[in-house]
Amino acid sequence: MKGDTIAAFLHKSLVRAAFLLFALVLSVGLWANDPGSEGAAAKEGSDEGPEKFEVGSFIMDHIGDSHDWHIVGHLHVPLPVILKTPSGLEIFSSARFSGDHHHPTPYAGKFGTYALEGKRVVALDSIGQIDEAATAAMWDLSLTKNAVTLLFCVTLMCLLFIGMARGYAKRGTSAPKGVALFMEPIILFIRDDVSKANIGEKHYQRFTPYLLTLFFFIWFLNIIGLIPFFPFGANVTGNIAIPLVLASVTLILVTVLANRHYWRHIFAMPGVPLGVLFILTPIEIMGHFLRPLVLTARLFANIMAGHIVVLVFICLIFIFGSNSTAGGIGASIPSVLFGTFVNCLEILVGVLQAYVFTLLTSIYIGSAVAEPHHDHH
Amino acid sequence: MLKPDPGLLFWMCISFGIVVFLLGKFAWKPILGAVKTREQSIADALNEAKKMRAEMATMTAGNEALMRQAREDRELLLKEARDIRDREIAAAKGKAKAEGDALLARAREDIRNEKSAAATDLKNEVGELSIRIAERILRDKLGDSAAQKALVEKVMNERDLRKS
Repeated sequence: MKGDTIAAFLHKSLVRAAFLLFALVLSVGLWANDPGSEGAAAKEGSDEGPEKFEVGSFIMDHIGDSHDWHIVGHLHVPLPVILKTPSGLEIFSSARFSGDHHHPTPYAGKFGTYALEGKRVVALDSIGQIDEAATAAMWDLSLTKNAVTLLFCVTLMCLLFIGMARGYAKRGTSAPKGVALFMEPIILFIRDDVSKANIGEKHYQRFTPYLLTLFFFIWFLNIIGLIPFFPFGANVTGNIAIPLVLASVTLILVTVLANRHYWRHIFAMPGVPLGVLFILTPIEIMGHFLRPLVLTARLFANIMAGHIVVLVFICLIFIFGSNSTAGGIGASIPSVLFGTFVNCLEILVGVLQAYVFTLLTSIYIGSAVAEPHHDHH
Repeated sequence: MLKPDPGLLFWMCISFGIVVFLLGKFAWKPILGAVKTREQSIADALNEAKKMRAEMATMTAGNEALMRQAREDRELLLKEARDIRDREIAAAKGKAKAEGDALLARAREDIRNEKSAAATDLKNEVGELSIRIAERILRDKLGDSAAQKALVEKVMNERDLRKS
């Protein structure tokens, strides 16, 4: 009964916190927005004439992270920039980096002057040159597009699953309803066919919650990345930092949990002659660290590649369109069709990669906690 | 592109840590618990049903044995009843026959007695009647002395004739 009330309270506060968070993120961003600048900039933009369409930078811009959230045309949602400098924290809106007419502008903060150089926030010295030493000394902890999407996903998951848990508490042992009806088979699949099947009857219950969180976290982020409008569309799992953290957790779990049996198989594989061990042991040690790296690369590369392929199909329209308008219109039909097809494929890839990542993590954990049962031969 | 951004790493660690903790404590624990409880209750119900079915089977077998026993008992009882009835009927028949015979014999005896009594009576009656008739005839024929004389004459004549 006490757990229920805590969960109910948490659920309510999460709903409130979600609104607050978004209000905060947006308001921090909007603080410095000069009301006059938007309209003027919009007029200015159209005067600049047709610029050359750069496919490479267009795609990189879309799959990369950014300090503000581009919605359409000159409409950007500014996001908070947080800099941890040796002197202290600097928090300001990313809108401060774009002055009148959307031209990049340096921002003079409490402890120094900062500017956006490409996608990097740099510190400037007194004469307006990039101060590499000061830049290296500060940490950019900005709530970038990907960071905001992470928080958004976390909020979404907490609302969904804690709400679901309350439904279970209410209904007792009767059949699931609503969102639980859809989610329960997936949860049971992860529990039985991933966790139990690979970790084993004895230990699986300890790891099932983590594997469930891992699966849904990757899956939701993949799907969020595929929805092409605000507040979705950020290429989060296709950014190396995210799978890197997830794989590091796997590496830490395996290293910490591994029993004697696991280490013996790494350092001295039973039944292997001493001479061969000189070759095998380094390979096994490398394997221990390589497996999480492969895990990272697989998720990162798959999701990023998916985004790139969709974007390439969209870019085709503009490549043909830069030669002639008719070419652009003609190319748009197959491009949109192929783009849609690849996007549908990516929905499949999104769930598949989440499953593969969870499955491999469970297999690695399983190998770390496995009991020796074939030692006697 | 391959170089992870430290800011994003930081936010990723924080948000993933939060979601692992919150969901682990407030979502997966109750959900998995509820699912397990439900699975347990379903398994229990199935076991219960199986046990009940086995019980039912033994009960049915017991019932059948009882029924068979009852049927056998009934057959036995019916047979006994039939035997008793037959015996009773036979005994009754025998008794009735004996009684009838005795009655018949007595009736015949009575009839015979009555008959002989009637015959005796008839004989006596006839004797008496014939005497009375003879007396009446005699009185009528021999009322006057002439007739008596004639008769004596006649009787005498007859005797004489026979002697001669």
